[in-house]
Amino acid sequence: MSEQFADFESMLRRALVPVDPPKELEARLELTLGSLVDIAAEELDAIELSSMRDPRNWTRLARPVAAVGIGSAAALGLVVVRTRRKRHNRRTEARSRVDLVGKTVRDFSREARRVADDIF
Amino acid sequence: MAVPHQDQDKARLDAAFSELYKAHLRDVYSYAYYRVGNHHDAEDLTEQTFLQAYRHFERAQRESDGRPLRPWLIRIAHNLAANYYRDRSRKPQTPIDDAGVISTPHTTEALVEDRDDLKRILEGVQELPDDRREALIMRFALGMDNREIARALGRSDGATKVLLHRAIRQLEEIVKRAEGPTEP
Repeated sequence: MSEQFADFESMLRRALVPVDPPKELEARLELTLGSLVDIAAEELDAIELSSMRDPRNWTRLARPVAAVGIGSAAALGLVVVRTRRKRHNRRTEARSRVDLVGKTVRDFSREARRVADDIF
Repeated sequence: MAVPHQDQDKARLDAAFSELYKAHLRDVYSYAYYRVGNHHDAEDLTEQTFLQAYRHFERAQRESDGRPLRPWLIRIAHNLAANYYRDRSRKPQTPIDDAGVISTPHTTEALVEDRDDLKRILEGVQELPDDRREALIMRFALGMDNREIARALGRSDGATKVLLHRAIRQLEEIVKRAEGPTEP
């Protein structure tokens, strides 16, 4: 019985093989996260220069990926522009820097969904 | 004086998140894929998971006490997947559109039957209750141990062990039923 059980487990392991993410997703995610950090950095910059921490490491990661030239660059630009457009409201409403970063991420995510819905 | 120190902290944090992302993108994507059943939504779920993770990474790292963050990451994906179904009143699609089993190389005709078995298993996984299905995905697709799965599902180690055992038993029965009655 337990042998049969072990056998079934090995079948299960073969059925549920890990799935590699599409290359486009990797590139898009790195670019998105890189841009997100950039936006957050700029907004923090505007609020409190003295305590600003420069989180631009993501761009180093994103740059080679961007160089490859994926088709989502334009869409991403649109997301960034739309997200930036709301920065004044966010600054007004944010209770703290952490809250501001949170709001930025939420807005970015919302705009990304909107753009994706428009495209697809 | 505090600024350079904060700079270093932030740089270290971003580097750590970058590492986390690189190490677990495949895990999150595999989980999402087997959870939602198609590549398009799996991509969306993966993207949302990492955006959420980025927002809460500093706190998660502080509270993790050095423990691996994979269960935390999968828990985010788990919660987002739950919202995904709730918001859109969807159910997982079955069969999974072109799962790993389909792309796994099979070189001889003798393996066709074996491939059908694997396909039946995958279809059976989609019939399981959510918690059992998730536990199996975490164990077999992601290779998580009981403790990691327990953390991801917010259960005790003991309860997780029982959950996995029952999930495998139930799946075995589903697959047997799908195969039809055996010859005497």
